[in-house]
Amino acid sequence: MIALALLAAALTTGDAPSPPQRHGEHMQHQAPAADATPPEHHPPQPTDAPDSSAHAHHAGAMDAPSPADPACPPEHAAMGHCTPKPAGTMPNAAGPHPASPFPPAVTPPSPGSVQPTYADRIWGHDAMAAARATMRREHGGMAFSQVMLDLAEVQLRGGRDRYRWDGAFWYGGDINRLTLKTEGDGAFGGSTDAEVQALYSRAIGPYFNLQAGVRQDIATGPDRTYATVGVEGLAPYWFDVEGALFLSNKGELLARIEGYYDQRITQRLVLQPRAEINLSAQRVPVRQLGSGVTDAELGLRLRYEIAREFAPYVGMSWERQLGGTARYARSVGDDAGGFGVVAGIRVWF
Amino acid sequence: MSRVFDRRQLLHGAGLAGGGLALSAYMPAWAQSVSPGVIRPLPTVSGADITLRVAHQMMMIDGRTSHAIGINGTVPAPLIRLREGQNVRLHVENTLDEDTSIHWHGLILPFHMDGVPGISFPGIKPRSTFTYEFPIRQSGTYWYHSHSGLQEQMGHYGPIVIDPAGADPVASDREHVIVLSDHSPMHPHLIFKKLKQQGGYFNYQKQTLAGLLAGKDQPAAERTRWGAMRMDPADVADVTASTYTYLVNGHGPRNNWTGLFQPGERVRLRLINASAMTTFNLRIPGLRLTVVEADGLPVQPVTVDEMQIAVAETYDVIVQPPDDRAYTIVGESVDRSGMARATLAPRAGMVAPVPALRKRPLADMKDMGMGAMDHGDGGTTMPGHGEMHAGMDHGAMTHASPAPAPAPACAPEHAAMGHCTLPGAPDAGAVPAGGAGHAAGAMDHAMRDFSNAPEVKKTPTVQTISPMPMDRMGDRGQGLEGVPHRVLVYTDLKAVTRNPDTRAPSRELRIHLTGNMERYMWAFDGEKLSEVTAPIAFSQNERVRVTLVNDTMMGHPIHLHGHYFELVTGHGDHAPRKHTIQVQPGGTATFDLTADAVGDWAFHCHLLYHMHAGMMQVVSVRPAGEAAA
Repeated sequence: MIALALLAAALTTGDAPSPPQRHGEHMQHQAPAADATPPEHHPPQPTDAPDSSAHAHHAGAMDAPSPADPACPPEHAAMGHCTPKPAGTMPNAAGPHPASPFPPAVTPPSPGSVQPTYADRIWGHDAMAAARATMRREHGGMAFSQVMLDLAEVQLRGGRDRYRWDGAFWYGGDINRLTLKTEGDGAFGGSTDAEVQALYSRAIGPYFNLQAGVRQDIATGPDRTYATVGVEGLAPYWFDVEGALFLSNKGELLARIEGYYDQRITQRLVLQPRAEINLSAQRVPVRQLGSGVTDAELGLRLRYEIAREFAPYVGMSWERQLGGTARYARSVGDDAGGFGVVAGIRVWF
Repeated sequence: MSRVFDRRQLLHGAGLAGGGLALSAYMPAWAQSVSPGVIRPLPTVSGADITLRVAHQMMMIDGRTSHAIGINGTVPAPLIRLREGQNVRLHVENTLDEDTSIHWHGLILPFHMDGVPGISFPGIKPRSTFTYEFPIRQSGTYWYHSHSGLQEQMGHYGPIVIDPAGADPVASDREHVIVLSDHSPMHPHLIFKKLKQQGGYFNYQKQTLAGLLAGKDQPAAERTRWGAMRMDPADVADVTASTYTYLVNGHGPRNNWTGLFQPGERVRLRLINASAMTTFNLRIPGLRLTVVEADGLPVQPVTVDEMQIAVAETYDVIVQPPDDRAYTIVGESVDRSGMARATLAPRAGMVAPVPALRKRPLADMKDMGMGAMDHGDGGTTMPGHGEMHAGMDHGAMTHASPAPAPAPACAPEHAAMGHCTLPGAPDAGAVPAGGAGHAAGAMDHAMRDFSNAPEVKKTPTVQTISPMPMDRMGDRGQGLEGVPHRVLVYTDLKAVTRNPDTRAPSRELRIHLTGNMERYMWAFDGEKLSEVTAPIAFSQNERVRVTLVNDTMMGHPIHLHGHYFELVTGHGDHAPRKHTIQVQPGGTATFDLTADAVGDWAFHCHLLYHMHAGMMQVVSVRPAGEAAA
């Protein structure tokens, strides 16, 4: 009997069927081990005839913790210090040994391709199909949205006071989203420069989204439409960063890089340094842009989160046009920027 | 004895510290007085035919009303008391405007009675009645709850107690059912939306500059290194007392639910964590807790001073209060933002001191899946020991010769850092060797190295992969590493009776628990349930060893429907059998499963919003040889 069992074990090990590999799951057929005590409704095999010594041996093996190799405790194994032998309950699991000292297990192989539709047999396919679709959607497939008005502020600049906003809206799931962005500024009683972007946003990693779409400027001078591509996300050290390229319908190429950092002073008081640089690959006379860096902003805003969603802030902002862009500004009698004191609210829902 | 309840503490416990949305500060004065204690046993239903009516209702918590979903007019739902061997018919009437369902948590029953819409049955439509019917094959403490949407968060949960067919092996003079839960005035869909919009929305215990200047929490260099990895050690609980009030049998800490006893009696407490999101650390100062049942099944008595109860676990403990005095049942949330509080007292109106909330824990290196570097000192870690290494300050360690090195020259701590390699070691080199200056960058890379987890899909769901996860079933729960008394760990549990199936597993399966706190995405193996293409399949009676690898810095209570499994903790054929297992942050937990119940079963993280986000799968058990459907 035992010889037979050993032979069977050898054959089984050698001819182990290749495992059915499934998506997202690592399955591994192991050489079968002993069936010491079959479950109640499991017909015992002849080779399982209760053999007290085999039984004792097996129970002993079961006493060992998961990685059962005493010469290789888990903490060492995890450090790469040693490679544990497979758990004692599966002495033959690693495969190179041709025969197991135990009789072959009678556990069936794992099933092949399976659909989770067993309940159809009881409740019917139609009743289950709708519930199944809902169940899948409600466990990871929902869509959400957010409106975020990051900046909504008044800028006090020695009599030439301005207002400014910067906000976004998104709708969608975890990976694919529709994102709308708007920002702009203007002088009280004067003209307003605004831009709006409509973007498709896709998560390309745990922290970053790739965004592509169109930008429309509504500003002094002729309107421009741009094709846009950019990334935004969370960089190491908790910096929120964003960068984009804009190609106008006249072939002009612009770029923007911005970032901020939230320094939590208390649980509700947050200091936010912020920087933005705009660039142009060429002069754009009708928009009064020089080439290279056109303008930059450095800001420092201190907000108090009355609620996470509602935070008034004060701060200062240094905004300045640079290079050729600054010269354009001066040529028409504007200043090229400077310090301003800002006050506003950050609000989202 | 009847010392005045510390008001500041109370407010803290009720979530005032969290502020914005906690309105408790504005409660009328009468509501803030010391409650004499609510001595109200849970309404009970029993028999062979039980009617349960699911309905919207208002519930009053600490003087404040909020919306709830209750059953037969109560939250928690009524105690269902059954007897092993009986047959039960449960008529569930849905008066809501949406589908509902009831899952019988921990009960062994035919899969189509398990109550998970879309897996075991179609659900219960609005204004209809569904009748569950199944035999009761076990005894012990269980519970039931909705598996539809987020109804569980609104109060749709209740206890089940099944008396054994014969004499109860656990002798006691009296028993109390203690249902722990969390409740928010905020609608659960809004809670989930806020988490999606801002993962740290509810955490008002973040590390701050003020804290740094006061010398609290991590020192600056360590914060920088964690920042480099975009990991927040203060992220211990997703939803906190900033919106939650923690309940005992539906009563807040001020209402002070009270259970009575006579001094000297053996009192059996049937503890159920019916929370949506809250892991509790439970203790009763002045009393020791003798654990006699875990997840409904008897365990060999083990006496501890404190225990962590993961969401969806149940434990029966015996306490024997010797004195004619009151004792406080303290259920601290794992992030220490608040507590559930109740009282055991000889007479109504007696209260005991309520201890202050302890300092909130910070995740350490073990919680990041760098467990091996702590040498597996589970449960005995000195306070701060983990933090000593937490920054992975390579500079503090002497470097060994580079790889490959013979075993004796490769000290464990060096191997762990990738500074030396042992032939054949699977994970060696996962962490590139580097000087102290490169530590942060190197670790950042290693914290999402898919070669450490070939099973995991490379998706945005996966923020980190534990580089060196170790078995943490012998470890105390998060935040309890340094407490100066005995804390229950899984390795303490031993079954009373021999396991029904002691066959060796014929197959091994590793399942990774993955997540992304920034996007609030959660999944198994990097794939949300909404994305998976096939269930996890077993043949009937197949015996499989399942290792759960936690690739996140948060504990996850993983629940398999319709089955018990044996924890692989070195107790041989007396392995403890459970239906829910907490996998500690950055660690692994292993169980052996006999897939003996044919059908489709839900398998998921029991943190409600993690499940809702996709941390769930279907386990399909098929008769041997039956492939399709």
